[in-house]
Amino acid sequence: MEILDALLQGFATALSPQNLMLMMLGCIIGLFVGAMPGLGSVNGVAILLPVTFLVPPTGAIIFLAAVYYGAMYGGAISSIMLGIPGASTAVATVFDGRPLALQGKADWALVAAAVGSFVGGTVSVILFTLFAPPLADFALKFGPQEEFALMMLAFATFIGLGGDDIPKTIFSIAVGLVLAAVGLDEISGQPRMIFFDLPGFYHGINFLVLAIGIYGIGEILWTLETSQGDVKVSQASFAAKRIVDAFKKLKASIVTIISSSFLGYFVGILPAAGATPASLMAYGVAKTMSKDPNTFGKGNMSGVAAPETANNAASTGSMLPMITLGIPGSPTTAILLGGMIIWGLRPGPLLFVNQPEFVWGLIGSLYMANFFTVIINIAFIPLFVSVLKLPFTILAPIIFVLCIVGGYAPTQDLHDVWLIVIFGVVFYLLRKLNYPVAPAVLAIVLGPLTERALRQSLVAEQGDITTFIERPLSATILVLAVLLIVLPAIKMARQKNNRTSVADGKQP
Amino acid sequence: MSFSSLKKLALLPVIAVCSLAVISSTALAQWAPKKPVEFIIMAGTGGGADQMARLMQSIIQKNEFSKQPFIPINKPGGSGAEALRYLKDKSGDDHIVMITLNSFYTTPLQNPDLGVDISTFTPIGRMALDTFLLWVHSDSDIKSLEDYVGAVKVKGKDWKMGGTGQGQEDSLLTGMLQNKFGFEVTYVPFPGGGTVAKNLIGKHIDSTVNNPSEQLGFFEAGQSRPLVAFTPDRLPQFPDVPTSAEVGHGDLVYFMQRSINAPPGVSAEAQAYYIDLFKKVFDSKEWQEFCASDGIFCDEWLAGDDLAAYHQTEKAKHTDLLKGMGLIK
Repeated sequence: MEILDALLQGFATALSPQNLMLMMLGCIIGLFVGAMPGLGSVNGVAILLPVTFLVPPTGAIIFLAAVYYGAMYGGAISSIMLGIPGASTAVATVFDGRPLALQGKADWALVAAAVGSFVGGTVSVILFTLFAPPLADFALKFGPQEEFALMMLAFATFIGLGGDDIPKTIFSIAVGLVLAAVGLDEISGQPRMIFFDLPGFYHGINFLVLAIGIYGIGEILWTLETSQGDVKVSQASFAAKRIVDAFKKLKASIVTIISSSFLGYFVGILPAAGATPASLMAYGVAKTMSKDPNTFGKGNMSGVAAPETANNAASTGSMLPMITLGIPGSPTTAILLGGMIIWGLRPGPLLFVNQPEFVWGLIGSLYMANFFTVIINIAFIPLFVSVLKLPFTILAPIIFVLCIVGGYAPTQDLHDVWLIVIFGVVFYLLRKLNYPVAPAVLAIVLGPLTERALRQSLVAEQGDITTFIERPLSATILVLAVLLIVLPAIKMARQKNNRTSVADGKQP
Repeated sequence: MSFSSLKKLALLPVIAVCSLAVISSTALAQWAPKKPVEFIIMAGTGGGADQMARLMQSIIQKNEFSKQPFIPINKPGGSGAEALRYLKDKSGDDHIVMITLNSFYTTPLQNPDLGVDISTFTPIGRMALDTFLLWVHSDSDIKSLEDYVGAVKVKGKDWKMGGTGQGQEDSLLTGMLQNKFGFEVTYVPFPGGGTVAKNLIGKHIDSTVNNPSEQLGFFEAGQSRPLVAFTPDRLPQFPDVPTSAEVGHGDLVYFMQRSINAPPGVSAEAQAYYIDLFKKVFDSKEWQEFCASDGIFCDEWLAGDDLAAYHQTEKAKHTDLLKGMGLIK
């Protein structure tokens, strides 16, 4: 009951008027930061960090954690409403969120996102409360070999993502991997593929640049062409009853939401992974495990719930290695970590012992922040939905401007804006030729993580490839990955068999 | 001519008189930024340079050292190549400053195509010297540098030293150790010092040359053991850890400087302004407390020409180091 006592203390800390105010303020700011394309939780937390030197450390971390949290929710809003990912963590939300919005079911998608986020956040903060020290030990067991195995598992979850045309899916993945390799080689420090000697390629191609290009610019072009300029977004008239319907509809996604919570949390606690791979993996798993995977990408509520659940679960998860090991699990926690050091706190195994008020205050505030954001979100749904009532002739320029701003903001380099436009056009053409584009986005996210883990492992073991199967943890994960690849293949083969036997039955 | 430009023309004499009055009443050195200052970080978010830049930003803001804000911008590409190139391309811009790592020396040396000559940059001030120690896991039998050298010689290439990328500070220090003791280890690069530290505690690697701040949490929890500090004096956080000189290898000293530099061709007034500003930051209670808690040396302030001379010495030292490791010719 020691934990319960500590947690109650934490709630007391989080509920102090000042901390409560900071938390609410953080959630609201985070929501808007997350909803702005290109401005993600990383930028939000970095910009607000200096402000926090004015309040005590506990209040500061509560505020910034709330911003982080709110941004995870907020990212879904522009993914669903505008079809451009508000943050890198919300890319997978576009896959099904946008089709739902175009069918006039934006409110359903928003409910799925909000509820998923709430469950994901809550499950992971409970796991955090109960099992922080053993989970930290688990995270330590993850060396480069295990990270590589995990990435293989992530790729395996996407086998089904590209639809039926496997060669085109592989092509798309390959394009993503090539783009991911641009920039500085992390092992040797040498520049790679600095096209035309442009200095902008030194920082590589940010994954958001590709995502905004494809889903922002590419989508505008696509919509303009398919609609001949006469865009009709079916307008959802807002009514409380529809929200109730959405909740009923969401029942079918319960299993997805629960499994995405655990998946998101575990990926989140592993250093160097973070919420973006977690949300993409959750989407892949949801699709693979679904009874009707064909409805994914066409407006399946589980397709919205899975990534949104996982990214919130992962954002809580990534605080674990930050607090217990002093290692960031995501780019945002890297900044939070910097903040903690500046506030005079020493993250590491002893933080729980030395600074219980800080740690438990943070944990307590995470429970509150979850509750608070889900309420704000559902309350704001009518406002968000009204955005869709704007005619496309007004909405399209707004989306375009947001794409440009979103591409410029993270690096403040016009180079990236040009890339967005180029990618938008190129991937629009690829899409016309029936190439799936989502696998390219996955590859550019996972490519660098995979390459790094693979090369670190091989360098450490002097090129001995058996290291991946000699280590029990990495071997187990690799077996899982192989199963995930083989499973859909067996499923497909069986369906084919059934079909042939039915056909055989007709013609005896 | 449009109305607005006419209006501007009419205002010109007024502005001239006003600015004359300002100049005559205050010294010429009273230049101040007219717009927000870009605070370039030649590394990614969350690292040491990033933390320091954001701390300085908050110190400037909190104490109102500047009316204009300082806006940290990370340009981590190519081990700082992107940031160096950016400063070079912004020659003469009075509203940019940059915080450095030692890649300030090594990156231009390794990438001559970059066309960056750091001696043309405008030196402002040296804020800190970051220190390094040699670390092993606390479960290890190795208790001293002597034990360490013996163990590494037995294992040879099977010994895994973690660090943060070829040509980075950790790899240079590893190179110094290899040259000194005549062994050869396998150097495994990770994306940041924190990850390196974690991999030591998880026993995925055998030793590291982490900064104090990266290992202090694990050290206090009894999970890692420092063998030797690569500093001339003992570090206050580790009073029991001998310096390299104490164990008979006084030449094994290595620091990472954290200095503020501006683009080439910045006006003398602006340089004087930034030197004055960062001296205030350097002297502030917050900065000195941060240095003390993180095992960083912040006793000696170097500015302007002194810093330029220091850069030249360090550049020469790094040229030798890189040559010794075969990374440059």
